[in-house]
Amino acid sequence: MKAIELCSHRISIITGHYGTGKTEFSVNLALAMAAEGETVMLADLDIVNPYFRSRERKPMLEAAGVRLISSSQACSDADVPALPAELLTILENRDVRGILDIGGDPVGARVLARFQPKIVQEDYQLIYVLNANRPEVRTPESAIAYLRGIEATTGLRCTAIVNNTHLCGETTAEEIRRGAALASTVSQETGIPVLCHVAEERFVDTLSDLAEPVFPITIKMKKPWE
Amino acid sequence: MQKELWKGNEAIAEAAIRAGCDCFFGYPITPQSEVPEYMSVHLPEHGGVFVQSESEVAAINMVYGAAGSGMRAMTSSSSPGISLKQEGITYLAGAELPCVIINCMRGGPGLGTIQPSQGDYFQATRGGGNGDYRTVVLAPSNVQETVDFVQEAFDIADQYRNPVMVVCDGLIGQMMEPIEWHPVPKRDLPPKDWAASGRKDRDHHNVINSLYMDPVVCDRHNDHLAEKYAEMEKNEVRWEEVECEDAELVITAYGTPARIALTALETLRANGIKAGLFRPITLWPFPEKALHELAAKEHVKAFLDVEMSSTGQMIDDVRLAVEGQKPISYLGHAGGVMPTVEEMIESAKKALKEVK
Repeated sequence: MKAIELCSHRISIITGHYGTGKTEFSVNLALAMAAEGETVMLADLDIVNPYFRSRERKPMLEAAGVRLISSSQACSDADVPALPAELLTILENRDVRGILDIGGDPVGARVLARFQPKIVQEDYQLIYVLNANRPEVRTPESAIAYLRGIEATTGLRCTAIVNNTHLCGETTAEEIRRGAALASTVSQETGIPVLCHVAEERFVDTLSDLAEPVFPITIKMKKPWE
Repeated sequence: MQKELWKGNEAIAEAAIRAGCDCFFGYPITPQSEVPEYMSVHLPEHGGVFVQSESEVAAINMVYGAAGSGMRAMTSSSSPGISLKQEGITYLAGAELPCVIINCMRGGPGLGTIQPSQGDYFQATRGGGNGDYRTVVLAPSNVQETVDFVQEAFDIADQYRNPVMVVCDGLIGQMMEPIEWHPVPKRDLPPKDWAASGRKDRDHHNVINSLYMDPVVCDRHNDHLAEKYAEMEKNEVRWEEVECEDAELVITAYGTPARIALTALETLRANGIKAGLFRPITLWPFPEKALHELAAKEHVKAFLDVEMSSTGQMIDDVRLAVEGQKPISYLGHAGGVMPTVEEMIESAKKALKEVK
């Protein structure tokens, strides 16, 4: 399945509890769409984390044809909640596909509130990324609580759930299946569909029986020794 | 046991709660702010007290007060904030108060950068405060070790009635890793019969103090502290040796650079270069004897010290331990730039070439 069929809306907004793997998913999604010939802009709107942000992968993204929008160079390594003015390009230029990589939790999602009136006029989806191995979102109740918190902060409705359950280098197919079960329960209780399961390419074949598509990724947000 | 994915900083906070931390006092600073953030939510759920103090100076002195009344107390900060706490730390050591201090190190000097660094080695091991004091300094190199050490740190502090520091670079605080909550070694601890927790049935008041006006009494107090530090040196030193049995080139590194070194070792060994890693786990007490003995081995030809510091700081302790037996080269970056696997491989090859 092509990435643009999976994420068929013009704008994909990636949210979730921090540490669920939003940036890894965002970066892989942007690269996949660019490889399909789309004009892709990825906005790093993470104002929560000081490290491991998509702006760290700017040269790789730009080489692949993805335009990265992030805070100015002067702020790129700072813990300043500054937003790039260029973000409006994604919201206003209907010829581009936009991916918004949002910082974790309702706190990180607050950046969206200011743009809510513009976002609702566009063809967008708000994706909630789940990782069943993150202790604060491993039960349906807590996962839904974070989801509702993000909706309340942004004034936007969540329209899709992405299961990105992993354990860094120790991920197994069983972990991903456990995440699929959690995503399924959250989906049943909220009525929000599960969009896909994210899995490193090595797991894709063994997960073909899952009800929803599997989105294959390769790890881009590596640690210095990896 | 099902592993869980934790961010270093929140894992530090959870580990402290599991170790029975009663009180946390702190002030936000990147890259450790998730520690107080997590504590503010979860410590009160366990009956503990969280206070966001008005400054780092206030926080460490609140630790002094809480520890003096027998509570398990902790504070955390990052480099510039730890500088502000130095006066409090020497008072805690002088008054023999147990506590745990986390330093999630960032680049310096001064405000430096929010990116990871190891420029506070001297401050942690030599004491940034005044007087003759030492603190046990634990230096984990991954999130699992961090949660284990934070829990043990409370016991070590209580055993010796002394502050214990856990130092990790910002990367460990910020990164996500799978961990499991396995039991950590527990110690038989003496009762806190010295604590100023109310006189009750005692025939005397307990006084918490670091002021000794009589020079002879102050001298005796220092002798007593010195005996305690000698005990810590005897009992608490920890290190790890990886593939040192036949190593010709030994990398000395702690924390994240030690982690990077493990990947470098794989490539070096694959290229037929006998490389090993000597990783101090306690920065104080430094594993001086073990490193001295390793340096004496005939198969060891050279050392390469790697740190996230421009000048090198631990390298001084490496030199003292090696005592000129073998040459020591250095690779380091500061200000948030991390040494790469490739740089380590190149430096290791160069160091070995120079002695062959």
